[in-house]
Amino acid sequence: MENLNLEGSAKTPTVKFDSTNGVLELKGRSIPENSIEFYKPLNDWIDAYGASPQPNTIVEIKLEYFNTSSSKCILDLFKQLEKLNSGNTEVKVNWYFEEDDEDMEEAGEDYQAIIDLPFKMIEVEEI
Amino acid sequence: MDDVYDIYKKLEERNVLLSFKGMITSELLTTILQIMESKMDHIDENPKVKKKVFNILVECLQNLYHHIDQDEVIHIPAEEKSALLMIAKTGDVYNITTGNYMRAADVPVLRDKLDLVNGMDKEELKAYYKQVLSEGNMSSKGTAGLGMIDIARKSGEKLEYGFIDINEKTSFFSLTVKISE
Repeated sequence: MENLNLEGSAKTPTVKFDSTNGVLELKGRSIPENSIEFYKPLNDWIDAYGASPQPNTIVEIKLEYFNTSSSKCILDLFKQLEKLNSGNTEVKVNWYFEEDDEDMEEAGEDYQAIIDLPFKMIEVEEI
Repeated sequence: MDDVYDIYKKLEERNVLLSFKGMITSELLTTILQIMESKMDHIDENPKVKKKVFNILVECLQNLYHHIDQDEVIHIPAEEKSALLMIAKTGDVYNITTGNYMRAADVPVLRDKLDLVNGMDKEELKAYYKQVLSEGNMSSKGTAGLGMIDIARKSGEKLEYGFIDINEKTSFFSLTVKISE
């Protein structure tokens, strides 16, 4: 299947979903007014990927900002991956946050509490 | 022309960094965010404060944006679709103020929501956010009912608000969010 590569914009993150190594990366800012529109192709890609995934799937979330509209879409994305996890692939989430960014750290912990996937919280100097 | 100076003085007294009155479009939203980011970069704002201001500003602006979007359906007069945004900084404290017309019938629901989040402490807000996030449904526009909860959570201060009755059908809603270190 084809990889999903979307270039980031002022309101949307860079997307690099790679089916050949099972690494799914979201990087930058996710603050679109209508997040459903933006996330739909990502959900579709994961659906297709789920048919023949890599043995290990690594989800790299490197977000600087996201709005509440995106937070729901990101949750739905994790829910999709949660389902895959019980099948042919082992899913791991790496949640990156910048030093002292307690809000982004807490946001990761919120998802960790809701979603049944292994989360690793990774503090970095700059995303 | 005296009133121009009056408006200027009022903005000066309130330490307004940026103000806008008019229709909130998607493009305008992007521009306001860019201006505020570069203003905060210019004064070397603490990255923590910068992030909070940016996040809260996004939610406030998108509240205004979606609100106006919704009002296209109920055919309110064009002038009532415009909104007010003011960003001020006094000492170390940022104040983000918004003002917009809304349907008088929707006031009780919004007032209840604001009182609810204002009555919550940090941990309660976190629990409530998680509850709405995991249970709540999203509207077709992608709004999830999380905006005010997120604003209160990130601000850490009580939300200041007011409603003014314009006529039987319309009210004017004002909101001020404080952000400090």
